[in-house]
Amino acid sequence: MSEPVTMLETPIKIEYEFTAGLAQSRYLKGISEGKFLGQRCPKCTKVYVPPRGSCPTDGVPTTDEVELGNTGIVTTYCVVNVPFQGQSIEIPYICAQILLDGANIAFMGLIQEVPTAEIRMGMRVEAVWVDKKDLGPTMASVKYFRPSGEPDAAYETFSEYL
Amino acid sequence: MAAASGGRRPVAVVSFAQSDMVRREELRNDVEVLQPVIVDVFEKVGLTKDEMGFVCSGSCDYLVGAPFSFVSALDAVGAWPPMRESHVEMDGAFALYEAWTQLQEDDIDTALVFSFGRSSMSELGRVLTLQLDPYYVAPLWPDPVALAALQARALIDSGRYTEADFAAVAARSRRDALNNPHAQVKGEQTAEELMGDDYVVAPLRRHALPPITDGATAIILAAGDRAAELCERPAWITGMDHRIETHSLGARDLTTSPTTRRAGEAAGVVEVGDGSGAPVGVGVDVAELHAPFAHQELILRDALGLGEAVAVNPSGGALAANGVMVAGLVRIGEAASRIMDGTAQSALAHATSGPCLQQNLVCALAAEPAGDGRR
Amino acid sequence: MAQRTAVIGVGQTYHRSKREDVSIAGLVREAAQRALEDAQMDWADIDAVVIGKAPDMFEGVVMPELYLAPALGAVGKPMIRVHTAGSVGGSTALVAAHLVASGTHERVLTVAFEKQSDSDAMWALSIPQPFSAPLLAGAGGYFAPIIRAYMRRSGAPDHIGIMVAVKDRKQALKNPYAHLHIEDISFEMVRDSIMLWDPVRYLETCPSSDGAAAMVLASEAVADRSSSGTPPAWIHGMAMRSEPTMFAGRDQVNPKAGQECAADVYRQAGITEPRREIDVAEVYVPFSWYEPMWLENLGFCAEGDGWKLTDAGATALDGGDIPWNCSGGVLSTNPIGASGMLRFLEAAMQVRGQAGEHQVETVRRSLGQAYGGGSQFFAMWVLGADKP
Repeated sequence: MSEPVTMLETPIKIEYEFTAGLAQSRYLKGISEGKFLGQRCPKCTKVYVPPRGSCPTDGVPTTDEVELGNTGIVTTYCVVNVPFQGQSIEIPYICAQILLDGANIAFMGLIQEVPTAEIRMGMRVEAVWVDKKDLGPTMASVKYFRPSGEPDAAYETFSEYL
Repeated sequence: MAAASGGRRPVAVVSFAQSDMVRREELRNDVEVLQPVIVDVFEKVGLTKDEMGFVCSGSCDYLVGAPFSFVSALDAVGAWPPMRESHVEMDGAFALYEAWTQLQEDDIDTALVFSFGRSSMSELGRVLTLQLDPYYVAPLWPDPVALAALQARALIDSGRYTEADFAAVAARSRRDALNNPHAQVKGEQTAEELMGDDYVVAPLRRHALPPITDGATAIILAAGDRAAELCERPAWITGMDHRIETHSLGARDLTTSPTTRRAGEAAGVVEVGDGSGAPVGVGVDVAELHAPFAHQELILRDALGLGEAVAVNPSGGALAANGVMVAGLVRIGEAASRIMDGTAQSALAHATSGPCLQQNLVCALAAEPAGDGRR
Repeated sequence: MAQRTAVIGVGQTYHRSKREDVSIAGLVREAAQRALEDAQMDWADIDAVVIGKAPDMFEGVVMPELYLAPALGAVGKPMIRVHTAGSVGGSTALVAAHLVASGTHERVLTVAFEKQSDSDAMWALSIPQPFSAPLLAGAGGYFAPIIRAYMRRSGAPDHIGIMVAVKDRKQALKNPYAHLHIEDISFEMVRDSIMLWDPVRYLETCPSSDGAAAMVLASEAVADRSSSGTPPAWIHGMAMRSEPTMFAGRDQVNPKAGQECAADVYRQAGITEPRREIDVAEVYVPFSWYEPMWLENLGFCAEGDGWKLTDAGATALDGGDIPWNCSGGVLSTNPIGASGMLRFLEAAMQVRGQAGEHQVETVRRSLGQAYGGGSQFFAMWVLGADKP
């Protein structure tokens, strides 16, 4: 017997065409204008960002549009020190849950311009956008978040978002 | 069979909703397609999500190119407070089967079943090819239409049917679909006119293929007295069973569907009467058959012993709209609707999965709950 | 009414990072064959097959159950494929159990697997989606901030995660099927391992494994006359709960779906004090910190006290009063789709007294738990040596 076959490679390629959806299209339109647009649930009044078109707890369409601030709070975070496929940022870097002012849900974002040892829960941060001429309907328009210089938020003010 | 034995609790379809089954959803994402369907299925019976004892769905990650694609679909339901919920990577008809079995245990009275699928996002042929044996078959990239054509060729060679019979199925489907506002492919062409279509893969012409379809559907099941409270004419499930065949196409007689026949027997709608051994459909006014390709309807009809008196696919069937992961559950919904709207006393629905009708489910429905041991 | 249901056979593969000696079919068949042998049954005795796995992209095969039907003796029988993210192994066992409990079938084979080495699971988990922000942190990066929130909320000291990592790897040394056998595992080794997703260290995370698990579930009539030399493990309670991934005010540290799932399964089993009434638990702990978090979520202690139980050694096989993950757990073996079923299966092995070196003395009742998604899908069962 010759060497047993233990592995065979069968490359797979499938192309997809994605649909952003109505809610996300409006959100991305806002991004292309340099602003964060959330949507409010008509039932529980919570503001979702990015909106997906439905309130995940009530199962009803979120219709009211709400413009949110450019600043927010780091509710929690981790420091990424692991290389993996598709990574575009130099390690170590900070990945945080950010609660934008006026929103009721935090989303994951990159924090820069702060040493990893200084990041903390409750830190106030602001979005840093690409140059105005480069703004487009893509999340790449938001480069990252950085400390805003404001005093930290008290734990009680964001503990319900953990 | 175990499936039909014992004292079964009567369970019925009490509500059915579906989206328009379109060639491509240009504007809405999965959640936005599904949500109005969920709202509709609840409104029809005046229920809310909070009253559901169980929620079960069916979908396929590869269709939309993302792992865990079913997770965000829950946002269309609003899974809060937490729900008793599960998901199958199968057509929604199998999710309904799971819900039906759980309703037998008495601790819940209602269940929401839904499925969604957007076949237009990907190269559907390639996605379905990835269902095949990953070592010996899939690397050859046989197209699913080509596999169906092999089956159609075998059927013609058996001498039972001709290409003209396939065209007749398609012509009837398109004509019936004129009465189905959700259907995608509809029209008045005759079989003779359709025979002018080009071959896609011989012997299958364009009309013998299903349309690429985006859509979503939902059903509410209710047990016992609850069903009667919610719906004037519940469509009682009098039996349901499903079976899978070997994956190796070379090991199957592609011109027959033995598992459809056995599932039909277990569901109580097929009997093998005289010495001929031929199956005979019993107590079926309407049949909704999940036959993505025209010739498959003929194979299924034979397997279930459906005579000329049975109305087959009055909705237009899968040739008029074939949401992958959706079309099987739609068959159950359409069959149930014929009972709920009073046009039929009894019906059967069939769902399939895999290449060339590999896996088959049969659901028997009636205006009265089963009066025998199944009740 | 629900029919009494029992586990009468269990089987699992030898889990490794790469099982190049078997195909996918060979892998699932290895586990299923062992389960049938344990139940003293043959393929023909099985009425239906319920199979589960995590996303199809992990192997690159769409709905692989279609191809696996003959390998699992399912030809001509009903076959169902479950997918509920990381909890799928547990959910799959429950779907199978319901087929028996509902009176639909008498003997059901349930199987779960993952052959991660056949594709690239890390890729499958982080396929870039247009319109969304790129996934910034990989899999662990999703859970690390939640762990940090737990530490802040409970005041747990840093060494708790290390203790769990050491305990589970030590216990894995007693389980011949476990993937990781780190003979010289120590507190220092875990502490000094690289900080991958601060606060989570390399040795505080689960490995990536090829493996499968299988069980035979049976009705009371079948279990009563089973010729297996090992007693059945009776299902005393089973439950599933789900909640959305993200919503305003969601408690991701101590999710309500988990609490309600536990409350439901305890109610069915008549359990009011889980710590006292459950002898052993197999709980899905892919990152070491999830042990104290789930101790609280599962009601083994008050909220905020989970880490104190771990710290006191209460969860250790050696000397603890509530041994958790005697098999080594997910931290030692992680064929994703099968990881949940391994929890359910190990819970059965403990009740049946067949866990060998990692057997806990006199187990009357055990708990199996699995979770998945963003800590949003939960599946649990309570098993007992006595009929419910």
